[in-house]
Amino acid sequence: MTDWLAPEEWQAVALSLKVSFWATLASLPLGLFCALALARGRFIGRDVLNWLVHLPLVMPPVVTGYLLLLSFGRRGPVGAFLYDAFGITLAFRWTGAALAAAIMAFPLMVRAMRLAIEAVDPKLEEAAATLGASRTRVFTTVTLPLVMPGVIAGAVLAFAKAMGEFGATITFVSNIPGQTRTVPSAIYAFLQVPGGEASALRLVAVSVSIAIAALILAEWLSRRVARRISGG
Amino acid sequence: MTLDVHIRRDLGGFDLTTEFEAPEGVTVLFGRSGSGKTSIVKSIAGLLRPHAGRIVLNGRVLFDGEARVNLPVHERRFGYVFQDSRLFPHLNVRENMCYAARAGRRGASDPGSVAELLGISHLLNRRIQSLSGGEAQRVAIGRALLSGPDMLLMDEPLASLDGARKAEILPYLETLRRETGLSILYVTHNMAEVARLATHIVLIEAGRAVRSGAPDAVLTDPDMVRALGIRDAGAVLPARVAAQHEDGLSELQVSGGTLFLPSIAAPVGAQVRVRILAQDVMLARERPDALSALNILPVRITAVRRGVGPGVIVQMQAGSDRLLARITRRSADALGVTEGAECFAVMKSVAVSQTDIATGVQNGAPAQDVQSGSGLP
Repeated sequence: MTDWLAPEEWQAVALSLKVSFWATLASLPLGLFCALALARGRFIGRDVLNWLVHLPLVMPPVVTGYLLLLSFGRRGPVGAFLYDAFGITLAFRWTGAALAAAIMAFPLMVRAMRLAIEAVDPKLEEAAATLGASRTRVFTTVTLPLVMPGVIAGAVLAFAKAMGEFGATITFVSNIPGQTRTVPSAIYAFLQVPGGEASALRLVAVSVSIAIAALILAEWLSRRVARRISGG
Repeated sequence: MTLDVHIRRDLGGFDLTTEFEAPEGVTVLFGRSGSGKTSIVKSIAGLLRPHAGRIVLNGRVLFDGEARVNLPVHERRFGYVFQDSRLFPHLNVRENMCYAARAGRRGASDPGSVAELLGISHLLNRRIQSLSGGEAQRVAIGRALLSGPDMLLMDEPLASLDGARKAEILPYLETLRRETGLSILYVTHNMAEVARLATHIVLIEAGRAVRSGAPDAVLTDPDMVRALGIRDAGAVLPARVAAQHEDGLSELQVSGGTLFLPSIAAPVGAQVRVRILAQDVMLARERPDALSALNILPVRITAVRRGVGPGVIVQMQAGSDRLLARITRRSADALGVTEGAECFAVMKSVAVSQTDIATGVQNGAPAQDVQSGSGLP
């Protein structure tokens, strides 16, 4: 399994998988919450939330990374608090890489979930309420099952995006082998040294396969949600 | 179960101020499209919040604008059947029907007897995507019934179905009325459904309940013809099947005489309701002979209403029942049709609109909505 990848290449792939997995899992609840708020919520500041969620999509990743470093670095306001209160350091750690990846992937995740939620017919939820289901029961028995494929599609997309995150990660947590050297950082590093092209190309192959697999999976899941909701 | 409704709501265009009572039985809210019927039912169910008023179901206050009572939808205990069946696409037929037991913690978790009543026992394990429109609507009715409701709200449950599907479901609704004894508030703008199902009618015009009462009184009120729609105006009379003749005619006894119809699927002695549209009734001063029409009843004119057009609405007493006729003003003048005059009503067409046979639905769907011309060759 590992013989076609050198140990340090394999290390980068394993780290990327770990970072992306945790980035996706940890941002899922917040992503669903934001998607619900944006799809259904009628509150002041909805536009601001929408704008905040989408910001990482349009800002240069290096800006996002630098802002993360400013706020989550050891001397940054949030970073200092986390260190003093819980002894947690994010900067230059894999956890920091996960945070950067999560933030960069967040807009994609929220968009996919939001589309799925908006496709749910509120009339079905009305019908459920007339059958005696409270608001929370309506959500868990009607809304959530219907949007579940969309939620999973959002998570898959976010995972793929997290696998590819580079700019914010390298700015925030640098490029430390075994600590923060994810696949994109490793490719970048291999390209900086003579004779590194072969390693870089192998990692490129890994990246491309993961990205394509994720896209196909996400597409298949969103088609499923469409079929489920239109009742076809 | 008695439902008292008194609500006010500003509906953009017009002011909805409705006050009526739905007694035991089937109360039909009848009105044209856009008269506010659906808004009224939604308010009763709690899906729409009235601006003021009071809604009380059998002494239980569901909404009170002044006392700030507004029970949420899921605590009102109505079974709601929508125009579109609104079945849950991620659940199969059985799971849809038992949804209330699972998610609402009320009602039955065994669809058995209800599924049988609605003739959908064989569909229980099907996906809802595979159902026809009529089947889906029957599942929706079953789902509402199984939620153990205090009352059933049906908002034009047949409106989205074609004629054949309607004819497929109507007998089940009649069975439902007879066998469950559940009170129903039924919204429609279809007079045939009114004639078949109603035990009480509330006429809605521009958001207001303009008239309510027993079907025979409301349907033959000449002042209500405009609200009912000129083409739909007409009487619904109780009748008894007196004989089935060999030449294919059924003889029906009404209080004012005898009617002949092409054979109807009901045994001798059965009680049926016949519907006679105002536009199908002709008037004659003397008993006509040498006429192909078989149905001639002696009547006494009880009211004459002249409208703006060339038509006149005539209300007549036939035995203990009332009839309506729509004739031209010219004929009315020529015949001297005035209150108290004795005449003969000649029926071009009579339809059996409902049977009250105790045995219920026979062979799936009895064909009882047959329009039958009495003036057969």
